[in-house]
Amino acid sequence: MGPLISYNIISQNTNFLLAFLIGVGFGFVLESSGFSSSRKLAGVFYGYDTVVLKVFFTAAITAMLGLLFLSLFNWIDLDLVYINPTYLYSTIAGGIIMGAGFIMGGFCPGTSFCAASIGKIDALFFIGGLFIGILIFAEGYPLWEGFYKAKYLGIPTLSHALGLKDGVVVLGIIIVALGMFWVGEWAEKKFPREEY
Amino acid sequence: MSATENKQKKTRYINPYLGGVLLGLVLIAANFTAGRGLGASGAAKSVIVAAVETTTPRHAENTHFYKEYSEGHPNGPMKSWLVFQMLGVIVGSFLSGAIFNRLKFKVEHSPKITSRRRIVFAVLGGILFGFGSQLGRGCTSGSALSGMAVLSLGGFISMAFIFGTAFALAYFFRKNWI
Repeated sequence: MGPLISYNIISQNTNFLLAFLIGVGFGFVLESSGFSSSRKLAGVFYGYDTVVLKVFFTAAITAMLGLLFLSLFNWIDLDLVYINPTYLYSTIAGGIIMGAGFIMGGFCPGTSFCAASIGKIDALFFIGGLFIGILIFAEGYPLWEGFYKAKYLGIPTLSHALGLKDGVVVLGIIIVALGMFWVGEWAEKKFPREEY
Repeated sequence: MSATENKQKKTRYINPYLGGVLLGLVLIAANFTAGRGLGASGAAKSVIVAAVETTTPRHAENTHFYKEYSEGHPNGPMKSWLVFQMLGVIVGSFLSGAIFNRLKFKVEHSPKITSRRRIVFAVLGGILFGFGSQLGRGCTSGSALSGMAVLSLGGFISMAFIFGTAFALAYFFRKNWI
């Protein structure tokens, strides 16, 4: 049954319309959770506001669990769902560079568009920087193409890498997430600050 | 002034765990309908490729990156799922901002730093995030969150290094935030 596009249940144009509606939901949830404020987002790295941790990991475990159940009921074929390939070196280096960008800029790409939509001018500048960074990558591509494509591991899942069943891995992640929520709540009490 | 300030303080955000569950449901909807997760940086890349192809078509034809990109995207850069999704994000965020009374033009920054400093760091952070998202094949939404939802090993690695690095560097940039 799912993914609907893979079984030709919906047309490509319907898929694009749904993409827009899914985006509306995505943007609405981000903004109403407070992801339009860089000071609120950066709070997770200082402990005074851990909304990022809570929203991000609640979303991740909800989606993991939901997809697992949909697959158990045979409502979705997870083999047809896109899983990003893992190129070890570029994934690690990209993550490090993005982490530095996060603490300096206070946004990630999705949240910068969210914040700019409600009038945050700093977010507009972040988006300007985003375009420059992508352009630099594109123009200098031959310089880092080798590194970009090095150490290709295929499209492994965490459960595959650990040799465990999907359900066991998801259970483990849920337990870890609950532990982090507890730490987050503790940190917000220890480093209290007004809400931005 | 004080009336607006009071109003400002009353504009609360929704419960973060509720927000997380809703975001998870949106992510499930994306996977169920389109067989893919959410994303953001991919749409920004589409804009850059389209802009380069339009303004300097000969450069695009002769440059390796754009050639490789158009081979993988025969319908053109803008006819992509992520572009439509990001247009939705802009509308959805605006709607939420309108409903919760947060629509306002401003440079948001800690009172300890100037607007100018905030903007310089926003641009620098954006450049790094733009470059890093291309190198890492996706950003916080596309690689980390959507990847984790389908248990992709790469998604977990992205997540760990994005958040880990930001944590490790937080001390050096504390003046900007606290």
